[in-house]
Amino acid sequence: MAVSILHRISGDGLAIAGALMFLWWLGALAAGPDAYAAFVACVWHDPSPEIGLFHQITNILGKVVLVGLTWAFFQHLFSGLRHFVLDTGAGYELKTNKLWSMLVMVGAILATTATWLYIAKEALNG
Amino acid sequence: MGNGTRLGRVRGLGSSHHGSHHWLQQRLTALGNILLVTWFFVSLLRLPLGDQAAVHRWASSPTVALALILLVISVFWHFRLGLQVMIEDYVHGEATRLLAIVALNFYAIGGAAYGIFAIVRIALAPVAGVPGGM
Repeated sequence: MAVSILHRISGDGLAIAGALMFLWWLGALAAGPDAYAAFVACVWHDPSPEIGLFHQITNILGKVVLVGLTWAFFQHLFSGLRHFVLDTGAGYELKTNKLWSMLVMVGAILATTATWLYIAKEALNG
Repeated sequence: MGNGTRLGRVRGLGSSHHGSHHWLQQRLTALGNILLVTWFFVSLLRLPLGDQAAVHRWASSPTVALALILLVISVFWHFRLGLQVMIEDYVHGEATRLLAIVALNFYAIGGAAYGIFAIVRIALAPVAGVPGGM
């Protein structure tokens, strides 16, 4: 139940927030250094000494969205792999099904945590 | 599919007459996504994302640009199918549902076109000598 609705929610999030963020990033990358710097200043970190209120908010919001997208990616990936197994006709026994659902949800959270610990470590090391 | 057995008449035909086609495409693009999005995810983690010139150099290499275009096609096609199911499940009423499907198609096709065009711009920027290059 839960893992099925999470598959839809994570898929939705990736399709809308994920795709728009990707296109924004790609468009900024194509448009040149200034546009790219504006994108980074909005979503990640504004390097100017006095950051305006708008960027203070979007810098936090951007990271929240990126963490959310990371989770959605892993949740949808693992859940999708589970669907591939179910497509073969395997794993419909109650206990097995429940175990895999739990593994998907726990795995997604662990993978998200590991990813952001790695990003934080890289950021601290410069 | 006029004659034949009862099973033969319904095989591959749901109420929409192309359910199995939809189902198969969803799986094929899912496979593409596993490969391409995993590659993209790892690339993002390894790239110096704050450095426009470096990221641009990476994206403009022919193999990377090609993989990015394939990624856009696979991902946008996949979510067009996925969101279509969502609309069919949750949006009721003929007119609103049709409108939602049209909006979804505009979003998916328009987004994919924007993405592919951006990748082509990046890949051809050094040739064209426009800003955005080195």
